[in-house]
Amino acid sequence: MVLFLQQFINGLSVGSIYAVIALGYTMVYGIIRLINFAHGEIMMMGAYFAFITVLASGMPFYVVLIVSMVLAAILGITVETLAYRPLRKAPRISALITAIGMSLFLQNLALVIFKPEPKIMPPIIPRMPVFIGPLRIGTVTIVTIVLSIVFMVLLDFFVKKTKPGKAMRAVSEDKEASVLMGINVNRTISITFAIGSALGALGGVLYSVSYTQVFPTMGVMPGLKAFVAAVLGGIGIIPGAMLGGFVIGMVETLTKAYISSQLSDAIVFGLLIVVLLFKPTGILGKNEKEKV
Amino acid sequence: MTKVNFKSYLFNIVAILSVFVLIQILIANGTLSRYYVSILIFICINIILATSLNLATGFLGQLTLGHAGFMAVGAYGSALTAIYLRSNDILTGGIGLLLVSIIVGGLFAGIMGIVIGVPALRLRGDYLAIITLGFGEVIRVVINNLAFTGGAKGLTGIPRLVNISNAFWIMAFVVTVLYTLTNSRQGRAIISIREDEIAAEAVGIQTTRYKVMGFAIAAFFAGIGGGLYAHFIAFLDPNTFNFMRSVEILVIVVLGGMGSLTGSVMSAVVLTILPEALRDFAIYRLLIYSGLLVVMMIFRPQGIFGTTEFSLAGAIKKLRYNQIVSPRKKVKEDD
Repeated sequence: MVLFLQQFINGLSVGSIYAVIALGYTMVYGIIRLINFAHGEIMMMGAYFAFITVLASGMPFYVVLIVSMVLAAILGITVETLAYRPLRKAPRISALITAIGMSLFLQNLALVIFKPEPKIMPPIIPRMPVFIGPLRIGTVTIVTIVLSIVFMVLLDFFVKKTKPGKAMRAVSEDKEASVLMGINVNRTISITFAIGSALGALGGVLYSVSYTQVFPTMGVMPGLKAFVAAVLGGIGIIPGAMLGGFVIGMVETLTKAYISSQLSDAIVFGLLIVVLLFKPTGILGKNEKEKV
Repeated sequence: MTKVNFKSYLFNIVAILSVFVLIQILIANGTLSRYYVSILIFICINIILATSLNLATGFLGQLTLGHAGFMAVGAYGSALTAIYLRSNDILTGGIGLLLVSIIVGGLFAGIMGIVIGVPALRLRGDYLAIITLGFGEVIRVVINNLAFTGGAKGLTGIPRLVNISNAFWIMAFVVTVLYTLTNSRQGRAIISIREDEIAAEAVGIQTTRYKVMGFAIAAFFAGIGGGLYAHFIAFLDPNTFNFMRSVEILVIVVLGGMGSLTGSVMSAVVLTILPEALRDFAIYRLLIYSGLLVVMMIFRPQGIFGTTEFSLAGAIKKLRYNQIVSPRKKVKEDD
């Protein structure tokens, strides 16, 4: 039972990282119907930004986090403006290929700039375990879970209660109609990318602190899994991404603990396949009829 | 066979033969070292992979991100078949062993294509891309964890059966089959699904059947490509068939033009030679590739060739009569 609880908390921690990254995928998909494959790389870049900031200045954790999130947001807006905006009216397949291209580009840019060797992330969160009865929980785990939940609540507030959030929902509902309502669509999309990328960087920083490493391909696997999480919950739906993230994190951790650590990736992707076959729009998704 | 058609076939056969003879001469007089020959074999393998992916993505219009998965099934299938046949003294070597084992490998991949295609092709667009990506990863992870595939250590002891001659002819055969397929009745049905699935269904094309067929054929030839790879390298590591491999094949197809087999052939040649020529800049290779992909999509999303095929007969005619043949007419002549 203690082992299970311990694994449950680990799953919650991994799941909250996936959920935070998945939010970026889902927000972008919700607004421009594009799978932003470069999101995993933005997460990786976020981790590198944090790594460099720590090395250069030795500032405390929250400053590092904010710097990294702001830089990632700028990167996200840049990617959107340079690569995705020209293709807004292009066929979906071209946009998707561009996203894959952008993902590879950022990854190789990191390889050229930072070299392939993994770097050790300094312990910017003090490693003091907290004991609750027989349970031993690391500070990193607690910070990860708490921060993720705080940012999810903030995002929920932003989307539901503020004006840019309202604009975001309007654009994802109907782009043409929202132009007529006087919404600046390009700016709204930029804001979406900025927020999504900042959340990606948050995920990246938490991931690199938990696993104490930063390397150029670190965004690939968590990116893919967060993406699976977004699809699982219903892509384009914000609560769906959170739910999906926690489900994937939990499934992965429990598989690793009780079944096989090698097969956990296959099980995660298998879960995706099963969900897509039976309910392609995800757990919280609504069915859309295709019009001629 | 009409006169124009016959002429066009003749030109192509002569061209293929002369390329083959040229390669043989260059090898015989020592201009092409073993290193260059191995690049040529890689070109043949990449052409097979790219043209087969082009059938699924370019002609059928279904974006697939798991082509490396089918390649892996074919590679392992044919490698294990060859090892089995040889250890039981059924076939000990030579072209027979190669053909039997790559066909078995291809069939495994084709069956996998049907198994994956039947459920997956109910989904469209993005979802299909995701599910093929998922399947590709699952195939790789499963191979990584099976005992008889050698697992993560890799598979060794595969007979090295591929040389430039058989690789060249297998490649020529695959491209010919794909070319005739895309110009047949079935091919037109496949293309109509790409153009407008609902309209295709409305004129009585069984879209599901043709989608699964196109997908399975693409998987079959990817398996053939994988088999050639296995028998050339003689060692298989499951991690070479990862998502990046699928993307590399996709880059070849996109650059050449989705829906143009000749485009895929040309870009496979260029994109296989280029990284070797730029060995000193190896670190920048993928950076340039990916940047190229993005720029390509923004400025020429249909690829270099678009959906037109380069036609030798058309080109010769153009040279001789110095007249401008529109791309549309060129395609018609090859029908």
